[in-house]
Amino acid sequence: MKLRLVKTLSVLTLGIGLAACSSVSLDDSAAGAGSSGMGGGVSGQGVMDPFNPSSVLSKNRSVYFEFNSYTVSSQYGDLISTHAQYLTKNPNQKIMIEGNTDASGGTEYNLALGNRRAEAVRSNLTLLGAQDVQIETISFGKEKPKALGDTEADFAENRRADIVYLRP
Amino acid sequence: MQQTFNLRYLLEATKKTWLLLLTLTAGLLFVASSQAQLRVDISGTGAQQFPVAIADFEGDSAGRLIAEVIRADLTRSGQFRLINTTGAQLSANSPIAYAEWRTRGADYVAYGSVTSTGENQYEVRYRLADTINQKELDGVAFNGTDRELRRIAHQIADRIFEKVTGVPGVFATRIAYVFKQGGTYELQIADADGQNPQIALRSREPIISPAWSPDGRKLAYVSFESGKPVVYVHELSTSKRVPVANFKGNNSAPAWSPDGQTLAVVLTRDGLSQVYLINANDGSNLRRLTRSPQIDTEPIFSPDGQSIFFTSDRSGRPQIYQIPVAGGEARRITFNGDYNISPRISPDGRSLLVVTRRAGAFRVAAIDLSTGSETLLTEGPDDQSPSFAPNGRQVLYAAKQGGRNMLAGVSSDGRMRQTLSILNGEIKEPTWGPFGDTP
Repeated sequence: MKLRLVKTLSVLTLGIGLAACSSVSLDDSAAGAGSSGMGGGVSGQGVMDPFNPSSVLSKNRSVYFEFNSYTVSSQYGDLISTHAQYLTKNPNQKIMIEGNTDASGGTEYNLALGNRRAEAVRSNLTLLGAQDVQIETISFGKEKPKALGDTEADFAENRRADIVYLRP
Repeated sequence: MQQTFNLRYLLEATKKTWLLLLTLTAGLLFVASSQAQLRVDISGTGAQQFPVAIADFEGDSAGRLIAEVIRADLTRSGQFRLINTTGAQLSANSPIAYAEWRTRGADYVAYGSVTSTGENQYEVRYRLADTINQKELDGVAFNGTDRELRRIAHQIADRIFEKVTGVPGVFATRIAYVFKQGGTYELQIADADGQNPQIALRSREPIISPAWSPDGRKLAYVSFESGKPVVYVHELSTSKRVPVANFKGNNSAPAWSPDGQTLAVVLTRDGLSQVYLINANDGSNLRRLTRSPQIDTEPIFSPDGQSIFFTSDRSGRPQIYQIPVAGGEARRITFNGDYNISPRISPDGRSLLVVTRRAGAFRVAAIDLSTGSETLLTEGPDDQSPSFAPNGRQVLYAAKQGGRNMLAGVSSDGRMRQTLSILNGEIKEPTWGPFGDTP
């Protein structure tokens, strides 16, 4: 822990000429696994490798939506910017955004709504520097629910867009 | 009037064991299992019930089978009342004692003979007598193997239905639907009474939106087997299929033009769901039809092939619109409620089915396109995927009760309803096939 703190301070000192950023990306070689503020307050700590299951890019990749809505809530600001920054830094990296809906409503309309959610996440990412060509969106509508019950909590879990990093 | 049937049938399917299928004209579900149980609830009757006597046809078990299938078809239409024929031994050549049948209460008598004409070849001769006017109303002969006897019986039932009601019968038509059990999806095609299911596709991934070609020889559908939705056209007689829409993003909602040459599809290749047209045989000649900044989906051609009805939320909430196939302005069709989807047009082009949400329940409604008046046909709470029988008199749809998906039917005037509860598996996305011969 102490060594990591020393490293972090060194980086900050060297980077003093940089504009103040709310999140700082560290190299993959940064030690330590955990990062602070996992629930949306991501501040660039930890491994930035989307294929590493302990990375924030892998753990924090789902955006949830209100009923019949495709608006990305501001609570996902940090999540969006974390992924956008990674994509900006890695212009050859492609992702798929998978949109889903709850079970309420028609099959085809929900397929379109799920796509709409995926597209909303896409435009949030491209606003922060990701390229359109890096992103494909698909929708499963209500056909592949993660939560199989019919409680309100299950429905909320299924109103979701997932960011999936594609291996080259 | 409410009747409840409990039936146990063992049905030999092409591959699998337990299958649950719906009889359409009135809705009888046959269970292909000695364990699974079928329960049919029928409520309501037609505006008029014609009393008809269906005598066992001469010809032992084949003759009895023909009569049983005809009786079952006509009974479940809700528009006929069967008159007992016990003791009658009629053949195709028998003279009909009109007065005697009138005292028994029959307005019509159907009778005939099944005779063997060779190795597994039969001739079925059928006649229909009108006891009021005391004359023969119909008479025709069919030929077929023993496997075709059921189909011949359905064709006879169709002829009786049309002679008496003036409306073409749909007993000899077919339905397609998706059967889901455990983690497996099957696209199945069955006779309208649930017999002879054929499995067109079996997959571990979802299958949705099956759509019959107008000639009944092909099914278009959406399969997720490659990891994303792709539209296929599947030729039933050969089991050959072609992926006609596999563009970037989603490909879904196939709908056939009346001449069978064009498919309308919904693609997200340009961002949001929009309606496009492609050639039905190979997916070539892609043209974009709708341009709205919102969702456009669920296209369906009008019977004259000149316009397309579709679902759009360009006004903020999903409603039904109509647009010329040649392009142009879209005209809004639905104004009741804030959620109207799944447009289906009647064969005569005069009425539109929609799924509408009212007070939280999804219900099937019929809209008269010339007056705009609406009739709610079903109760909900979660009714989906309505489709018209090709005679426009019955509506097949998917209902959800107790969390289970099942098939249901309602007459187009809303008077007669059938619900079918099943124990194993779920049936979704039903669609009624056209008139025509089985390929």
